[in-house]
Amino acid sequence: MPIIFVPSLMQKLCNGEQKLMIEGTNLRQVINNLDLQYTGFKDRLVEDGKIKPNISVAVDGEITPLGMIQKVGPNSEIHFLPAISGG
Amino acid sequence: MTTADYERNMVLSSVDYKVVGTRPVRHDGADKVTGRAIYGADFDASGLLHGKILRSPHAHAKIVSIDTSKAEALEGVKAIATAIDFPQTSDKAVELGEDTTRLKWLRDNILASDKALYAGHAIAGVAAVNPHVAEEALALIEIEYEILDPVLTTQEAMAAGSTILHESLTTQELGEDSGIVSNTASHFQHVKGDIEKGFKDADVIVEREYDTKTVHQGYIEPHSGTALWGPDGRLHVWCSTQGSFVVRDSLADLLDIPVSKIRVTPTEIGGGFGGKIPIYVEPVAAILSKKTGAPVKIVMSRKETFEGSGPTPGSNIKIKLGAKSDGTIIAAHAWMAMEAGAYPGSPVGAAAQCVFSTYDIENALIDGYDVVVNKPKTAAYRAPGAPNAAFGMEQAMNELAGKLGMDQIDLRLKNVAVEGTRRPDGPVFRRIGAKEVLEAMRDHPHYQATKSDGHGRGVAIGFWFNIGFDSACNIAVNSDGSINLTEGSTDIGGSRTSIAMHAAEVLGIPVEDVRPSVVDTDTIGFTAVTGGSRTTFATGWAAYEAAQDVRTQSIERAATIWDVNPDSLDMEDGVISSKTDSELKMTFKELASQMSDTGGGITGRAAVNPKGVGGSFAGNIVDVSVDDETGKVTVERFTCVQDVGKAIHPSYVEGQMQGGSVQGIGWALNEEYFMNDQGNMANSSLLDYRMPTSLDLPMIDTVIVEVANPGHPFGVRGVGEANIVPPTPAVANAVSDATGNIMTQLPLTPGAVLDSGM
Repeated sequence: MPIIFVPSLMQKLCNGEQKLMIEGTNLRQVINNLDLQYTGFKDRLVEDGKIKPNISVAVDGEITPLGMIQKVGPNSEIHFLPAISGG
Repeated sequence: MTTADYERNMVLSSVDYKVVGTRPVRHDGADKVTGRAIYGADFDASGLLHGKILRSPHAHAKIVSIDTSKAEALEGVKAIATAIDFPQTSDKAVELGEDTTRLKWLRDNILASDKALYAGHAIAGVAAVNPHVAEEALALIEIEYEILDPVLTTQEAMAAGSTILHESLTTQELGEDSGIVSNTASHFQHVKGDIEKGFKDADVIVEREYDTKTVHQGYIEPHSGTALWGPDGRLHVWCSTQGSFVVRDSLADLLDIPVSKIRVTPTEIGGGFGGKIPIYVEPVAAILSKKTGAPVKIVMSRKETFEGSGPTPGSNIKIKLGAKSDGTIIAAHAWMAMEAGAYPGSPVGAAAQCVFSTYDIENALIDGYDVVVNKPKTAAYRAPGAPNAAFGMEQAMNELAGKLGMDQIDLRLKNVAVEGTRRPDGPVFRRIGAKEVLEAMRDHPHYQATKSDGHGRGVAIGFWFNIGFDSACNIAVNSDGSINLTEGSTDIGGSRTSIAMHAAEVLGIPVEDVRPSVVDTDTIGFTAVTGGSRTTFATGWAAYEAAQDVRTQSIERAATIWDVNPDSLDMEDGVISSKTDSELKMTFKELASQMSDTGGGITGRAAVNPKGVGGSFAGNIVDVSVDDETGKVTVERFTCVQDVGKAIHPSYVEGQMQGGSVQGIGWALNEEYFMNDQGNMANSSLLDYRMPTSLDLPMIDTVIVEVANPGHPFGVRGVGEANIVPPTPAVANAVSDATGNIMTQLPLTPGAVLDSGM
């Protein structure tokens, strides 16, 4: 199952867990399943069916531009990060 | 060292190419050296009107009323625009190329509606028959302000009881709204391991606080834009921008019209470094054009460019490191607050991804705060946020080396991140070249040389993660075997040629046979900004794929001519040949001459959003002398080492490394927005805002390290940004070495150096 690295500021939603293994083959499924298990995550991450604009998602070390449709593998690592900018 | 006796240094990767890695003359060179290239301010059109912008003299004030009647009555004035001329669509999130903002904030930064939030904030635009009449009209616009106290630093803005900039702004914590009205727009945190245990187990701890000032990118060409809103409802904009599609999409949001009705033509660009990603004058020119039916051009002055565009933030950073006595760093904490300017969106998130990423640290904690202040809304500037963070971190590393009695580079090598290292912000590094950069620094004659008497020497290393994003490329084959390549990435640093080299390499043709053009938004598929060190990586990749498309079609045409299976053919070095029949051989040029007879022209195309981005590390060795009496710092010798993955055009790579180094030296020694107590910039000219010139600098020696990025066909990482990260701490470390005092504030002006305790 994909592993979610829970940001420290969200760990209170899951009893302090730092990592969670959540089923899903794309980000939408993973976030929905995460929210079923620990209510509140979807509100923090998703707005109007999309990842919130001030949040980036890294899957296997790469920021994904695909948002909720990003595919994830059985051993994928998922990180939620503040959105960033370059120059 | 002078340019004449400079020897090129390269630590080469193992793969050699025919075109990639060579140094051809740039395709746009002749136009630029002869003055034929068209920049934003050069644009002209029949019936052109000239626009000027009225700006707030106050750093923080409520706008009580705006009376434009006297200005409108002036002869020669054709139209005036204020915030009420924007469609008042409901607020939403809008994409800005590399990040996002709220539509209201974007709109209010173009023309303030209810509040002026920095001195220089645009309030109204005037279109007139010439610039002089437009300027005269500005003086006739009457604005009643209610002046408020300005908030100019993160410390002031975060203090209890501080004046609030936005009554509706509450602190966000990674998707959670605190509900507390504050100047702190957001707070985030990255945690790795157990930070408390790490510091408890440490034998040596260093801890210090650092401050940096607001600085500008310093591009030589000011912002400019011309708009023509036609009677058919279509808007055409010509402007100096790092992202024509960002301009198009932002205009669509601001003006509430479909993207399909907007065409943006990027002119040549005289520098940007991130500062030309946002839009400023284009929407005002568009509104004025709609009102007048004529094309309207607005060109910022240098003063407006300083006061009304987007600098990079000042910051307040605290670094604490804990290490074992053998030099192993086991705990690191960074607390970083960065100025966003008038509206949320500082680069503190990017800084957090870089601050500790050079090292493999078991326990780390990073706190980041995005803070609004009464200064221009910050924009990206070459590795935004990372130089601020490195100024603290890399000085702390030298302080730690001193306490441990270790060589500065040996301490860094002992802790360096390698493939498999998990960054404190989460991702695991693929193949990276931090170790190779440090080894090249250690082995360089500069580091091995004995310091001159009285000189100080400093080193530092920095990281930038680079990005991918969308790029598109089209190739049309000409009957003489040359190709026309069209792409949408504004060419700032020679990317037109480096992108053309990708195609030439695939097709086995000379790069001189490629004619690359940067085209408008109607002519090419969506292409993200020229920024994030992505252009040669991603648009080069699009060119690679488009050339592969041409290559495949060329083989199929040859198969048609010879009546053989395409699988039996190959194409190498510009020659198509049979794998089994040595008589079947034809050059790409010969095939091109037969296109019409074999099915018509050949065109290749590609649109990519590539994975496989490879971060880049850069390091500096710096020798300085410090005048005992005045405190003036002189850079005596400077070496820049960078892992670039693969240098497509080494001369341009060296240029990027030297350019980033020089900007970093300016940031370290001279540059700052000097603000008075009222929040007015006191040095908004290039005479007073002191950027280094060639007379201030030694030859910047460059060492290209090539640890190929496995995620790109030629191993490219992206080279534009990492090189500005280490100069501020490297110079500061050199000054500390010379004076014996740690430098906790930028810039290191003579006064600041004297005040440090000399």
